[in-house]
Amino acid sequence: MPPAEHFAAPPGWEWWILGYFFFGGLSGGSYAIGTLLRLVGTAADQRAARIAFIASFLALLPCPIFLIADLGQPLRFINMLLDASNGGLAFKPWSPMSLGSWALLGFGLFSFVSFLGAVAESGWHAADPIARILRGTVGAVWNIIGTGLGFFVSGYTGVLLAVSNQPVWSDGWPLGGVFLASSLTGAAALLLLLANSRRDIDTGTTVRLALADRNFALLEIVLIAVFVATVALAGTIGKMAGVWLLLWLVVIVGLAAPFTVSRLAAARGWAPVTAPVLGLLSVLALRALVIFSAQS
Amino acid sequence: MGFFTDTSICIGCKACEVACKEWNQLEGNKPELLLDSFDNTGQLDAQNWRHVEFIEQIPDNNGVVMTPTPIAGGQAWLMMSDVCKHCQNASCLEVCPTNAIVRTEFDSVLIQQDVCNGCRDCISACPYGVIGFNEKTGTAHKCTLCYDRLQNGMQPACAKACPTESIKFGYLDDLQKAADQRLTALQTAGYKKAQLYGRDATVYGGLNAFFLLMDKPEVYKLPNAQNAVLPSRNNLAGYAGGFVTAVIGLVAGVLAFRSNRMNGEKSDAAR
Repeated sequence: MPPAEHFAAPPGWEWWILGYFFFGGLSGGSYAIGTLLRLVGTAADQRAARIAFIASFLALLPCPIFLIADLGQPLRFINMLLDASNGGLAFKPWSPMSLGSWALLGFGLFSFVSFLGAVAESGWHAADPIARILRGTVGAVWNIIGTGLGFFVSGYTGVLLAVSNQPVWSDGWPLGGVFLASSLTGAAALLLLLANSRRDIDTGTTVRLALADRNFALLEIVLIAVFVATVALAGTIGKMAGVWLLLWLVVIVGLAAPFTVSRLAAARGWAPVTAPVLGLLSVLALRALVIFSAQS
Repeated sequence: MGFFTDTSICIGCKACEVACKEWNQLEGNKPELLLDSFDNTGQLDAQNWRHVEFIEQIPDNNGVVMTPTPIAGGQAWLMMSDVCKHCQNASCLEVCPTNAIVRTEFDSVLIQQDVCNGCRDCISACPYGVIGFNEKTGTAHKCTLCYDRLQNGMQPACAKACPTESIKFGYLDDLQKAADQRLTALQTAGYKKAQLYGRDATVYGGLNAFFLLMDKPEVYKLPNAQNAVLPSRNNLAGYAGGFVTAVIGLVAGVLAFRSNRMNGEKSDAAR
């Protein structure tokens, strides 16, 4: 099969976009893990669930700032939602950037309310009414919808890149799944990092988070393999070689960390944060690799 | 309405580039020595809405042509005035999240400068590398098909300036007839590689700015019909892949958080 031809110019999406992809992924992934802990975890897992919802919202906060800063006309960010031509809504379901703008808005609401509920449960009583509403079935439904939106925010960024005519990006349709799986891995690493730095997190919770981290890393490894295969078949894998092999190394080390480094750390007395930090660096490196290599 | 650019009679004078810049008040980029034939423009971008490509197909053996052939034989200096294709199925228009990119009453594709917010998704999508980002205005720019001139009954500046009528402007039906006749004449004269690009719907549903080429489209940095694909081709597969991943991720999470629950419940009881 002849290699795919690409004559598209690079869009110049760089550091702001990398920041958004990283923090947006962590936010969506943390919300999903928070929901899992809340709905299928034990009572002891609820502290970690609260941390997950708080982390989700805090990670989400810089996202709109990064996105707006990246625009050539930042004050026209509202044009993503409102059609300046006719005053109606700017909603184009077939445009991932349009759909993602709406998803980010919706997820922001769900993440914010869940954050308020979590801080109320943690002792900030001004938000108690919200915490009461979020208990029981209403809370479960709220968390499930929020998780759906969180997953979308985590994964649509990959679809956004794929829905283009750029080399690598448009050659690798599994990119949405790769970013989603990577978001889960990153969020699990982030929560492990936070759990390891707090004494009030149950040991069993930490063990289960570590297991989840390994499961998510396995999923990510499979998807990265599929992504690389699609890009190789298209004949554009060379774009991701050369100097980018350094980032590949960071990605691989971070993905291996939950299986190897955490055990080594326990055996040799290293700080338990080593594996989660490597995991987070891997998430960042993967996005940097995909974003920058295609545009080089 | 649209352009028919006959590259077989382009002489590389760049009058089209100059006329375009002058009418549209484009400052142009800082001059650079590109060492690429007679090309000092480089590419289409926010400051270059027309770009004359120089493609040298001259043998290296000290200029001695062992088997002299006409231009269709591949030993030639090809020139082409490149421009926005104003595609019928336009990738830029498809992805633009703000509806800043619209199709006009002249069937051209226009970026509304007062709506564009500079997200650059259109640059990512355009398969021809036509659109550029203007740092001063913070918006995306490309050929407008001289929208303002068309509104006032004038033809685009580049077509007006072209001394050899390599760039022809008019109604598509008329242009297509002229292109078909020219192609027949060239092929009859032995230029077997001569072909029309974008004349029919095989490339992005047809191009409102189509070309007569003297070699394969790839030689002119134009994707062939097989590679002329819309960004949306990855929409369904991308979202489906994400959905499946989300489901598997949830299952993986449930399996993890339901494991060793007894330990957790014991530790709850201990509290």
